Amino acid sequence: MAENIIELVNITRKYEKFTAVDSLNLSIRKGEIFGLLGPNGAGKSTTILMIMGLTEPTSGIVTVCGINSTTNPIRVKKIVGYLPEDVGFYDDMTGLENLKFTAMLNGCSERESIQKAEQMLEKVGLIEVAYKKTGKYSRGMRQRLGLADVLIKNPQIIILDEPTLGIDPKGIHEFLDLIVSLSKMDGITVLFSSHHLHYVQQVCDRVGLFVGGRLLADGDIRTLSGKLFNGTPLVIEVGLESLNRTDGSVFTADWLKGVIKAVKGVKSVSANNNRFYIDCEEEITSLVAKAIVDSGAGLCYLNTREYGLDDIYNRYFEGGV
Amino acid sequence: MNNSNNNLKSFMFSISGFLKAIDSRIFSQNKDKKYEPFRVIVNKEIADHVTSWRFVILNSIIVLTCLGSVFSVMSGLRGAVKTGNSGNAFFFLQMFTLSDGTLPSFIVFISFLGPLLGISMGFDAINSEQNKGTLSRIMAQPIHRDYVINAKFTAALTVVGIMILALALLVMGIGILTLGVPPTPEEFIRIIIFVMLSVLYVAFWLNLSIFFSVKFRQPATSAMAGIATWLFLSVFYPLIIEIVTKPMTPSATSSTAQVLNFEKMKIALMRFLPSQLFSDATTTLLIPTVRSLGPFTMEQVQGAIPGPLPLGQSILLVWPQVTGLIAITVLCFIFSYVSFMRREIRSR
Repeated sequence: MAENIIELVNITRKYEKFTAVDSLNLSIRKGEIFGLLGPNGAGKSTTILMIMGLTEPTSGIVTVCGINSTTNPIRVKKIVGYLPEDVGFYDDMTGLENLKFTAMLNGCSERESIQKAEQMLEKVGLIEVAYKKTGKYSRGMRQRLGLADVLIKNPQIIILDEPTLGIDPKGIHEFLDLIVSLSKMDGITVLFSSHHLHYVQQVCDRVGLFVGGRLLADGDIRTLSGKLFNGTPLVIEVGLESLNRTDGSVFTADWLKGVIKAVKGVKSVSANNNRFYIDCEEEITSLVAKAIVDSGAGLCYLNTREYGLDDIYNRYFEGGV
Repeated sequence: MNNSNNNLKSFMFSISGFLKAIDSRIFSQNKDKKYEPFRVIVNKEIADHVTSWRFVILNSIIVLTCLGSVFSVMSGLRGAVKTGNSGNAFFFLQMFTLSDGTLPSFIVFISFLGPLLGISMGFDAINSEQNKGTLSRIMAQPIHRDYVINAKFTAALTVVGIMILALALLVMGIGILTLGVPPTPEEFIRIIIFVMLSVLYVAFWLNLSIFFSVKFRQPATSAMAGIATWLFLSVFYPLIIEIVTKPMTPSATSSTAQVLNFEKMKIALMRFLPSQLFSDATTTLLIPTVRSLGPFTMEQVQGAIPGPLPLGQSILLVWPQVTGLIAITVLCFIFSYVSFMRREIRSR
């Protein structure tokens, strides 16, 4: 187990009557890519602001690399790069000048800043437009410039708030690849928030699920689905040729239960839309198939699937908790 | 001949060496210098102001109107020099205070356009950064939060200060060239103090508009709020005072004490105006013969020897006005500072 680089202990943040973040405990390990996943208004951005020391928690302690963010934000901001949601630049300055300004705010001399800015622009692939005003940049270019802006201070941690918003799918792909490769190359811890579960699933080592200011669960996707679906990470979907039996009665979930009674690891059986769903604890598809075929029913469709973030999402966010 | 040529050459060399030294101080050496983040922001803000169209436009309005008023006065003053009437003390200061009737005087222009300058330089200080999404990016850098607002204020004030000082020096230069009369040291000091007062007055409006820029999300709203305040204070407030005090006007038969009290009350009400404080202070400084800012009776004047006040006495006379101006400026700054520090900076 690597050391925890970000620790949130019992964080609560209240705005007058509204509680944005409610007794949150979260720790992020060094070098991992952590995804904060949740619908809008779940408290993701507030959590990030508290990690950066830009807002104070009502109660609880946030530490980044052992430094308390609330009482010592300057030291935290030296080692953490933060790309805000919908980042903005000074439109009448060139990309290079914008980066130079950030570098100088981080205590570099002018010569050093220009060097670093050029390096970063090279890294994110914007060197051709370095001397173009940022007002003329496209959305994807601005986002990449934002990444350069975050990296220019040589951070140990980068925090990206909704970095995929408003870029086209190809752009998102490139952007995420860039983040992953940079993070792996320099050993940077990455924390990013999103409500785009697919992208989170693609790149994150671990995921934290936020709903209504609370962290529902955290872990990698597999443990998460295990946690959320009570030890039934697999579903077997079964389809029959015809639901009508030769004696006129109908195949039901209870019938199926009886058929696969002997198979170990079945948790529950349900029927929906001419399909049967078997929640099970382990991989038992072949046994189930055999049992059904042996019973004489015409098996025509069999599918095993793991719960993905999609299901987690549907179950917990859209269904309302 | 040869000798003098050599002298000239060595003189030219020393000049070019001097220029090179300045050049390296300003341009080359600084490239490796590490600045405080605060200086970095101030430098950027100053650059922004100086290169912005807004500043260029305002600057030209102010420079043109002020120079216009000075030129219109100049012909009259030149006449006075020719006829030898320039002997009266503080002749040089009249360039700033006199008006020939076609254009208002220099100080009237400054007191009229100063607020506009202050408002226009501050009304979008904070909210435009927020709307552009740059504020949260800057805040994520290792700087203290108040650096942003302090730097905005410092930069705008530096620009205004340099501009007004340059304008005053320019007018002085024109005066020396066209009138052939140099300012006395006291006149010079009075003009410099006048410049400082003007900067202070602009600083008040600057702070007020920065406060609005913290309060209102839309730059247009905050500009309107600033202009509305300015209009109210310069047009409506005096009108309201006039209307309110009219029924209380003492009749012709009332006693001296009554008339005196009435006048005192009216002046006291007017002194709530920053512009009144400013014009009181500047007229006293630039017209040294002003000996009192309140009403006084004939009794009090009796026996007084008419003549200009010494500098120290003039300053003493306007001390309350200056203190008042400083106080409201600081108050405005505190309001904007506190509301900015309490604000949670989110992205746009």
